[in-house]
Amino acid sequence: MTTPAAPRAWPVETLARVPYWVYQDEANYRAELRRIFEGPVWNYVCLESDVARAGDYRTTFVGEMPVIIVRGEDGALHAFENRCAHRGALIALDDAGTAKRFQCVYHAWTYDLEGNLVGVAFEKGSHGQGGMPASFCKAEHGPRKLRTASLCGLVFASLSPDTPPLEAYLGEEVRRRVARVLRKPVRVLGRFVQRLPNNWKLYVENVKDTYHASLLHTFFTTFRVTRLTQGGGVVVSPDGGHHASATLDRRDDSEGAAYREQGLRADQDGFGLADPSLLDTVDEFGDGIKLQILTVFPNFVLQQIGNCLAVRQVLPKGAGAMELAWTYFGFADDTPAMHRRRLKQANLVGPAGYVSMEDGCVGGFVQRGAAAAADELSVVNMGGEGAESQETRATEASVRGFWKAYRRHMGY
Amino acid sequence: MAARDLPAADLLPLVSALNADYARAIDDDRLEAWPGFFAEPCVYKITSADNHRRGFEAGVVYADSQGMLSDRVAALRRANVYERQAYRHLVGLPAILGEVDGAVRAETPFLVVRIMRDGTMDLFATGRYLDLLVDHGGALRFRERIVVCDSSRFDTLLAIPL
Repeated sequence: MTTPAAPRAWPVETLARVPYWVYQDEANYRAELRRIFEGPVWNYVCLESDVARAGDYRTTFVGEMPVIIVRGEDGALHAFENRCAHRGALIALDDAGTAKRFQCVYHAWTYDLEGNLVGVAFEKGSHGQGGMPASFCKAEHGPRKLRTASLCGLVFASLSPDTPPLEAYLGEEVRRRVARVLRKPVRVLGRFVQRLPNNWKLYVENVKDTYHASLLHTFFTTFRVTRLTQGGGVVVSPDGGHHASATLDRRDDSEGAAYREQGLRADQDGFGLADPSLLDTVDEFGDGIKLQILTVFPNFVLQQIGNCLAVRQVLPKGAGAMELAWTYFGFADDTPAMHRRRLKQANLVGPAGYVSMEDGCVGGFVQRGAAAAADELSVVNMGGEGAESQETRATEASVRGFWKAYRRHMGY
Repeated sequence: MAARDLPAADLLPLVSALNADYARAIDDDRLEAWPGFFAEPCVYKITSADNHRRGFEAGVVYADSQGMLSDRVAALRRANVYERQAYRHLVGLPAILGEVDGAVRAETPFLVVRIMRDGTMDLFATGRYLDLLVDHGGALRFRERIVVCDSSRFDTLLAIPL
């Protein structure tokens, strides 16, 4: 497979400036699908518990490539393109299910659970006539296979033989923070898809942007769930692509002063909840970290907001649109009280989330605001120009880390 | 006479009138009246048909008290940031499905068009209300309203309740 050349020249050296065409250019988008999503990265595809038993499968996407993730008879995870080797039709039509084998509905070509072509209808023809040429070898035909790797119940897939092993890809600091949350078997509580009217990178940047959280999301600051003046920091993986930010549960009544001095909208004292049970959070990980947001390049988010746990999968849908697939989860051994707490705190996230509602819109605001500014540059300068870990969240270090990784993959 | 003792034919106009008032309150942007359509305690949840069928309990919105409903309205008015928008609910005829734990069970289909500030009108959601209705202070109120959306996909955001 040839890798397309980068379609444009990157205008500046610094990581602290980003041209707006990168969210708009169709040729750039096509190159991203090849160079990033189908390139040497690990794409999050599903939870291990989604494909727990032999034959269990889920369908999803790697970039725009439809894929099937399936548990084989051998217990191993397999992933292959959801595309019949014959005429290219989808092989599996459901989101999930259990199968002994897969059969394309178009001409009934059949695949085993590893994606090998094992049956061609009328391969020998009918009554001695027709059929495939004797030279046709089924083993030489089949959908493209992906490598799979799992960690702490998360399943990732990669099309490239060059992708490093998953643990090395993540780096120790990010891996440890995945394991911090996903330390025991999960129980799925719900799934939703949010359609967003913006380029996929605007969402990924938003998640990595520790600067915006307490300024845009006034629900948080109003109820003092997080402020930039609270303790915490951000860890950026050495390659820049992955990050984990943390907010410590440390309150200080004088903390509103910094917001008031700057006249920030995010400061509204005296707004109380009629039913504060929403914010009844238990320190279930025993380390005082109230929020942890973690990303894995290019498409994965792991979220701990109080006791509200979720994974989010970023699915690009053209240069100007994407889908965000949310899976809310708890743990298999949750008490009824913890289960109920998670249902309540789910109000914080998703398309109607008190906290994440704005994130669904703000990417669209950038997409629309910068519509005529392809060659202008956005400013990503908080905390300097580097992409190193920092002991503050008033920084855009992890956003610059994203661009560091992005430019390396794209050849910019 | 308690609502649950009324025959279905007599309940139909009562439930329909409640649904009409409920939809008007939301569509007319009188969200402060919205919690008053519920009993206390109550359950209000927005979910998808797929989650509902699979028994996944989490909702996009989940409230188990009038206080939580009031808090959502307060957050929409004072904390959350979103573009100006409005709904138009078209609510179908309720099917009265009997009694559960002293409450009337009803199911009503709905369709919601969302009108954005720039004039964009989209079919935003379709689904059904799965309701448990009780007498509350002499009026019919929701002890439980589960909003089961037909699709699992939501466009951009769901700010105003369904």
